[in-house]
Amino acid sequence: MIIAVASGKGGTGKTTIAVNLALALEHESNVQFFDCDVEAPNAYLFLKPQIIHSEPVKTACPTINGTRCTFCGKCAEVCAFHALAVVKDRVLIFPELCHDCGGCELFCPQNAIGKKEHKIGLLESGYAGNIAFFQGRLTPGEAFSPPLIRALKRMVTDDSIVIVDAPPGTSCPVVEAIEGSDFCLLVTEPTPFGLHDLILAVELVQKLELRAGVVVNRADIGDNKVEAYCAKEGVPVLMRLPYDQELAINYTQGVPAVGVLPEYQQRFLQLYQDIKGLARPLGD
Amino acid sequence: MHIGDKIGGDVKTLTVVSGKGGTGKTSIVGSFAPLTKNAVFADCDVDAADLSLIMDAEVKTTREFKASQKAFIDVAKCVQCGACEDICRYNAIREYKVNSFLCEGCQVCSLVCPEGAISMEDVRSGQLFVSDTPYGPLVHARLEPGEENSGKLVTLVRQTAEQIARDKGRQYILVDGPPGIGCPVIASLTGVTASLIVTEPTLSAISDLERVLSVCNHFNVPPFVCVNRCDLHEGNVRQITEFCEREGVEILGMIPYDPNVTRALVHNKPVVGYAESAASQHIRTLWDRLAERATL
Repeated sequence: MIIAVASGKGGTGKTTIAVNLALALEHESNVQFFDCDVEAPNAYLFLKPQIIHSEPVKTACPTINGTRCTFCGKCAEVCAFHALAVVKDRVLIFPELCHDCGGCELFCPQNAIGKKEHKIGLLESGYAGNIAFFQGRLTPGEAFSPPLIRALKRMVTDDSIVIVDAPPGTSCPVVEAIEGSDFCLLVTEPTPFGLHDLILAVELVQKLELRAGVVVNRADIGDNKVEAYCAKEGVPVLMRLPYDQELAINYTQGVPAVGVLPEYQQRFLQLYQDIKGLARPLGD
Repeated sequence: MHIGDKIGGDVKTLTVVSGKGGTGKTSIVGSFAPLTKNAVFADCDVDAADLSLIMDAEVKTTREFKASQKAFIDVAKCVQCGACEDICRYNAIREYKVNSFLCEGCQVCSLVCPEGAISMEDVRSGQLFVSDTPYGPLVHARLEPGEENSGKLVTLVRQTAEQIARDKGRQYILVDGPPGIGCPVIASLTGVTASLIVTEPTLSAISDLERVLSVCNHFNVPPFVCVNRCDLHEGNVRQITEFCEREGVEILGMIPYDPNVTRALVHNKPVVGYAESAASQHIRTLWDRLAERATL
């Protein structure tokens, strides 16, 4: 069972929800936790895992063998991203545009194209108590996070409850993170920003044909338009967490609610039961 | 020397970023708006563009943004050989069907298909808007949910804002940046006059401040910092202050937690101009310092 935790807007409480859900379940089942917000990974601050394995994740961009290349221009022709250009007797390569599709290498009639690997970040894994913990860390200055998220998600095992902490937004890194999940929790807050970005997130999960429910965080600030929208669209609201000063202060120091406030253990177990009732059935 | 000096007579650009989402970027840029005199605004958080919601924006022009192609398999021609599935690096083809969300449009499948059954078709990736606001022109966009090319759309937003600034003789552009440190953040930061990093005294925000500061340094963008909700945790504020001192980054402002920010937001207003409260006063001071440092 893969549960992705996402949101259109940043800072609504994705990591808080994902971490507390994982902690509530750690004695019930095998739990795998994936921090797929590789640009700004923060779950480790709350779960405090012991990292026992770290490996670089690489992408590749082309290199040209100058003795074989005849400057025929085929590589530039097949590259949809304009990452190669052939001018007279030179091939220009723009690594930042390369998507590592392999097309230039495949179609070069002279076999003159090789590839140079390039580290974009780290895949780290370890344990936080009983929770198997995985995170990606994109190197600052690198633009493309999807290959790193793909590498992370290859570590998913079927017999666990898998919790995926997704990046904010609705673009390609989010798709990589939530694609293939059995249920997607959308965390929002009851403000015009929260609502606007929730609508985009709902549009995304509908396009991806994922089952979804909403968590309204800081449920007592703002207005009731998020609730009205969910009722109208038939998107179930599975949890409402009021603003709690004590929780907010614990959050500043990386202390999750489950473990400090016992009632949250029950609330998150209930959340999991509700998700199970709504998630894509096994084998579907 | 002021940091704007090296840009010369060209339009200056100030980008607000944070690393972590939800630290208050948009609320702060929206609150700067009534304090500016001659600005163009650009919302570069193209997959969650919220700035227009608090700027009383009226859309004047809309443009389609087509930046990519996707593969389509013609089932009538497909002989199910599987060559496309084998060659696709993005796992976008399964059982002779293209998952258009995973397809990056590289066209390799269409080139290897022995039956010519795969075509590449343009897809609409988003829309670009130019709006009027009481504070000046606003350029914003909507990336279709699930689309890529957010970096290209950000670049288009910035180019459009620059063109408007030149045409209308406006002196600087205020950019509301996206969260994170990846492609749209880089596209929002490259070549700008200065950046303002909005952080807050939580361990998460501090961790992300460090990461986004590395990106600013990597692209030679002079950074400034402000601490939002600065009364949340004293020890963490000290940690931010010490970190910034070590890095040689100036903290230009501290904004206390203020429920009026949310109250203003619910009325689709920036807090400055809505309520003369603690947050408003500190945002005014922050803006004055920022304008002075960046010679806006």
